[in-house]
Amino acid sequence: MWRYLIPISGFVVLAVFLARGLSLNPRYVPSPLVGKPAPEFELPRLKNPEITVGTRDLAGNVALLNVWATWCVGCRQEHGFLVELAEANDLPIYGLNWKDNRSIAMSWLSSLGDPYVASAFDELGEVAIDWGVYGAPETFLLARDGTVLYKHIAPLTREVWTTEFLPRIIAECGTLPCPSVGSE
Amino acid sequence: MNRRSFIVFVSLLFFGTALAIDPEPPLEDPAIESAYRELINEVRCLVCQNQTIADSNAPLAADLRREIRKMMGEGASRAEVIDFLVTRYGDFVLYRPPFQPTTWLLWGAPVFLLGIGVIVFARILRVRMKQPLEEPNSLDEMTL
Repeated sequence: MWRYLIPISGFVVLAVFLARGLSLNPRYVPSPLVGKPAPEFELPRLKNPEITVGTRDLAGNVALLNVWATWCVGCRQEHGFLVELAEANDLPIYGLNWKDNRSIAMSWLSSLGDPYVASAFDELGEVAIDWGVYGAPETFLLARDGTVLYKHIAPLTREVWTTEFLPRIIAECGTLPCPSVGSE
Repeated sequence: MNRRSFIVFVSLLFFGTALAIDPEPPLEDPAIESAYRELINEVRCLVCQNQTIADSNAPLAADLRREIRKMMGEGASRAEVIDFLVTRYGDFVLYRPPFQPTTWLLWGAPVFLLGIGVIVFARILRVRMKQPLEEPNSLDEMTL
């Protein structure tokens, strides 16, 4: 009896482990930042390098920080949706332009539309390292007090927006458009 | 397999060991340089997940090497650099993840499987030792 049971149970255990392993997405690396204060940063703006954009601008708002670059195919894919979101004007969207070329990035925004209140220009990718960025596009949802509420890696779609972002935003804001601390 | 195809085969085995090359000169202190080399061979490149940042030519790997080199050049310890990476990217960046509840299975499985192997081996030995030798030694027979 044992002679048959042992190999069969061994097979079942192995099959369960392999099935689980195959159904996981190895690209999904949970961010250790979620639930923690967002890393502070201050960078020159993409369109207006004399002024900076950073933690101080984000503070007080429930906001999105979208990591994008013109070399990133997924960013082009999601760009239309970001423009739609910006038109709905529910919450401010900030950009982190990651390891990009300033003039190409500016012409991308002028031809495809600019959904960002401002984009930070991170030429060397140093701020991106602080934020644990590893594959654009990435979108962070930030609370008023600067806590990271959620991080999405991959192009932002309406489906992801409705299922992952909206419930968290409504829990945080109560109503839409999200009132900022200053306007309360 | 003839001699030439054997040589080609052996050289192909070493194909994957190329390293990414940075323009910077080595760090001044050879001890820090070797600690740096050792560390970048244990950090996963998140863009190309089966490579270390020492192997990878991905821009992010180059940025991380530059950052780690800078930190270590300024005197940061190995533990400080690891902590820096883990707070940003999580334990997944480490090729040697720490021993904690989520990794008990990972670290424990080899020991557990070895234990099973030892038990099975011991049982087989015990059964065999009880069996009489099947063929009598021919030398003994001759002396009879």
